Amino acid sequence: MLCDDCKKNEACVHITQISSDGKVDRNLCEDCAQKYGKIVFNPDKSFSVNDFLTGMFNSGLKPQLEDTKDTAQDFVCPNCGMTYRDFTHTGKIGCSVCYTKFGKRLEPLLRRIHGSSTHNGKIPKRSGGQLEVKHQIKRLRETLQNHIVNEEYEEAAQLRDQIKDLEKVLNEEEHQEKD
Amino acid sequence: MSTDELFTNPYSPWMNGSGMDGDIVLSSRVRLARNFSNIPFPNRANLAQLSEVKSMMQDILPELEDITDKPYQCLPIDELTNLERKVLIEKHLISNNHIENPEHRALVVSDDRKVSIMINEEDHLRIQCMVSGLDLAVPLELASKIDDTIESKLDIAFNEKMGYLTSCPTNLGTGLRASVMVHLPGLVFTQQIGKIMNASPQLGLAVRGLYGEGTEVIGNIFQISNQLTLGFNEQEIMDNLTSAVLEIIMHERAARKALMTYSAERLSDQVWRAFGILKYARSVSANEALSLLSKVRLGIDTKMIKEVAAKSFTELLVSSRTNYLKNLQENENLSQNEIDKERAKTIRETLEKFKVVRE
Repeated sequence: MLCDDCKKNEACVHITQISSDGKVDRNLCEDCAQKYGKIVFNPDKSFSVNDFLTGMFNSGLKPQLEDTKDTAQDFVCPNCGMTYRDFTHTGKIGCSVCYTKFGKRLEPLLRRIHGSSTHNGKIPKRSGGQLEVKHQIKRLRETLQNHIVNEEYEEAAQLRDQIKDLEKVLNEEEHQEKD
Repeated sequence: MSTDELFTNPYSPWMNGSGMDGDIVLSSRVRLARNFSNIPFPNRANLAQLSEVKSMMQDILPELEDITDKPYQCLPIDELTNLERKVLIEKHLISNNHIENPEHRALVVSDDRKVSIMINEEDHLRIQCMVSGLDLAVPLELASKIDDTIESKLDIAFNEKMGYLTSCPTNLGTGLRASVMVHLPGLVFTQQIGKIMNASPQLGLAVRGLYGEGTEVIGNIFQISNQLTLGFNEQEIMDNLTSAVLEIIMHERAARKALMTYSAERLSDQVWRAFGILKYARSVSANEALSLLSKVRLGIDTKMIKEVAAKSFTELLVSSRTNYLKNLQENENLSQNEIDKERAKTIRETLEKFKVVRE
């Protein structure tokens, strides 16, 4: 049977329309049937990571969301106007400022996706600030701990001095910024 | 290479089959997701902001050319025909997502096609570097160099705790997605591929089809990539992926060896049948072509077919694709039959060059 509307494609949907003019039956093809309203023929077709993320949000964090319902207004990004609710719908962030704005609420999600919420990789030279030095200190402290465990006190002392020097640099820079 | 050649020459850097483990690994690719601070990400930016991002990148191009010592061209997606856009996808230079809203989207691509930067895809910048064979260090270094050059002039969105900020939280942190394209006919024919597919999520890896996320596996070609981007540094991500791929390569070689030992005759029959069909067929569908090509490539790798260059397999991976063929014919409305005939012709012409003598 051909579609009643376009008369080109094979009809695969039967629609019964009830209006003031009475009952009308139609046999339509998939494309024409779409024009009569939102009919989902293949619901799994467009399932993406973002759908998954919104799913994670809407299930796991609901209690928290309701707690803060009255403060919902606070959760609008001043830069791009995205609301926290938008994110729970699309699973996508609006701009770099959103991350600072919604940071605390995103953290549990990040831990669930990545198993961690702290960046450990490359640091940009210009916008990274003192982070590189901080990371270096952290790495040195870890090695220092190892040396102490192995009772290698000479090496440990050297590292301790190195860390002190780095911390000095860091403090001076911080003071300069304050001035 | 001119812009025209981008659409009419199947050449891609991953084609020459050189590089480490080139018989199994087709290409290694590294992608860095980067955004400019304060400008909304592409999904929330208005047209003026998108255009600003595009022109910022155009301004910095000369510097990228200096640093990486390669010429680049910038192709605005909205100035390309629909077919040309799809050819770029078939060549793995851009993604499906990138052509959905073409306004102010652009591709910056290097002359040797090893570097491609998608502008205003999901993130403002997606810096991609690709080489053939298994080698993630070289593309990472190149991508990093490009990243550093851009960062030295423009403000990149970065947060001390969360790292590089991206539109989708799954790319946050390093913004690094490393992926390796592998040809695994041995594991498929010996039905072991399921095990690898099941084990990979536990190692934080994703296994996907030829064209990435959400695409089916055709021609026994798989893309293996890291899932996690936050909490690990770049080196750890690369090392984890590389060691997993090396493991898979070992299993693939073992499977090929087993096939050669225990069912050499059957394998040889399959390989030569596939070769015969490709050499003489008058109509071949896209999926049939890929699955036959996979068998021929296996024949080449196992030295059953000595006369055909491995390169022709990878070349046909692009030149037998539907949109590439349509674009060459300059006809978007070719019927399925016409495309299948064109495809068979292209494959015949590629294989004709090789004289195979068998008694």
